[in-house]
Amino acid sequence: MTQYILRRIIQAIPLLLVISFSVFLLMNLIPGGPLAAYENNPNITPEDLARLKTELGLDAPIHVRYWNWLTAVVRGDWGISQITRRPALTEIAEKLPNTLYLSLIAFFFALIISLPIGIISATRQYSWFDHFATTVAFIGQSMPVFWFGLVLIIIFNATLKHPNGGPFLPGGGMFTIGADFSLDDRLSHLILPASVLTFFSLGTHIRYMRAGMLDVLHQDYIRTAYAKGQHERAVLLNHALKNSVLPLVTIIGLEIPGLFAGAVITETIFSWPGMGRLFFNSIERGDYAVMMGILMMSATLIVAFGLITDIVYAFLDPRIRFD
Amino acid sequence: MRAMVWRRFRKHKPALIGLIVIATFIALCIAVPLITNYDPGKTHLDIMREAPTAAHIFGTDELGRDMFVRLWDGGRISILIGVATMLIAITIGTLIGAIAGFYGGNIDNILMRFTDFMLSIPQLFLLLIFAQLLRSTNNPAISGGPMPIILIIGVLVWPPVARLVRGQFLSLKAKEFVEAAKMSGARNFRIILRHVLPNAASPIIVAATLRVGAAIITESTLSFLGFGVQPPTATWGNMLKNAQAQMTYAPWTAIFPGLAILFTVLSLNYIGDGLRDALDPHHVE
Repeated sequence: MTQYILRRIIQAIPLLLVISFSVFLLMNLIPGGPLAAYENNPNITPEDLARLKTELGLDAPIHVRYWNWLTAVVRGDWGISQITRRPALTEIAEKLPNTLYLSLIAFFFALIISLPIGIISATRQYSWFDHFATTVAFIGQSMPVFWFGLVLIIIFNATLKHPNGGPFLPGGGMFTIGADFSLDDRLSHLILPASVLTFFSLGTHIRYMRAGMLDVLHQDYIRTAYAKGQHERAVLLNHALKNSVLPLVTIIGLEIPGLFAGAVITETIFSWPGMGRLFFNSIERGDYAVMMGILMMSATLIVAFGLITDIVYAFLDPRIRFD
Repeated sequence: MRAMVWRRFRKHKPALIGLIVIATFIALCIAVPLITNYDPGKTHLDIMREAPTAAHIFGTDELGRDMFVRLWDGGRISILIGVATMLIAITIGTLIGAIAGFYGGNIDNILMRFTDFMLSIPQLFLLLIFAQLLRSTNNPAISGGPMPIILIIGVLVWPPVARLVRGQFLSLKAKEFVEAAKMSGARNFRIILRHVLPNAASPIIVAATLRVGAAIITESTLSFLGFGVQPPTATWGNMLKNAQAQMTYAPWTAIFPGLAILFTVLSLNYIGDGLRDALDPHHVE
């Protein structure tokens, strides 16, 4: 097992190197490259640009620059944001917790809602409940996330009124600016963006859970359990549930990239001060260092989660061999 | 074969309804801009943001343009982007998946590592960067139109298709009829095209149906974030971007384009579901 884990980690390193080199190349394709933010600045003359280029070592060959960049990244020097003039790493580290806070809550709700729905759907296949659940799942997968967010804002922010006269729920931000901390305020700001993200992954979760459960229900050992005279409840809880959770581990791994996309969209609509919105803004403004930092960090997280999923899967499923 | 598939497909009621909805939408996209008296692009500043009335059944937008006509005019571009993107993604995905699955070994290893690599960077991030690259060229011929959007979505979304096709090819190439074809001296290219690919067609067709819908959503997301097709060309995505600023007092500008996307993609997903059942040789009726 230890060997298996070590091998998988070693395999991930070249992948990360290839990703980092491609990201680096891609960023340099953008006209103006790392100096893109300065190109439209009227206070900066072409002479200044040329001087900056030499000073920052940008006229060196690409592989030299890549090596310099990579070693700096490993040391924790992610460059300086051209917009705020603060270290990119600080910028990102400041926004990441807000994204995690929002995504983890949404993820948790998506999980605890989809688990029972998927199980009931599978055990009562083709019942009205199953039809209803699969329809909801289909709708969830067929709707642009941002549009669902807009509709929620129209309903809960623009139309419905709170007893105190204001909108029923705030339409953006993480808390009321200037107000003292209050749990009520935090929660009311959380409800809409968290609902959007939850609904975003709910459809996929329900379908996976249902399919996983259906698969398990057709296995021989389930028939055996019934044949032994066990009640349906016992069969489901003791035999089926444990085995049907396996595919769920896979989705969690598969969903990490999707969470980043969801974060960009949700955070942009609801002005949530997270990493997704930071990435969006950094692209709009050509903030090279922040863009690179977020790209590298998200790719590393995706590879790491892929690795963790595989390892957890290997732990849970004794049929997987490590050689 | 075709008759049997159709007979089974017809039994899948949601899929059949989906097919009718899609056919209706396509007919409206073709017909409405042709037969209407309203020019979808012409501005009428005297009737800005009018709520739905008999004259403008879906209301008007911030420039007084008729939302109903503009919706179907924009639908042409949105559906075009969906279909064209699907064709690119399916072609690249099938090619890479088929080669990897059929030849195996090092070729398979290299192609699949490349696929893993493509899947390791969040897709939306890559799409936004590529869209920004195009936008920063400031060349109206290549930025802002539907063509570049089709290309960037198409070349970025093939990896799941490649994985699917590879899996099919891996299991099919071990089958006896492929052995038989090899024995009879057929060349690899011919075996892939004539023997393996037709047997892998069902899941590819299903994936293609689902890809069209996914691409329509992707286009709308990019356009909504301001990186997609630029106005005055209408798409469902950039109509929603326009709507964002005014949705609190003119909600109809946000509701209808979103519903159009929802019903189109929902129908395509149901059609995909129906096709999966209808094309499955092990399906029991």
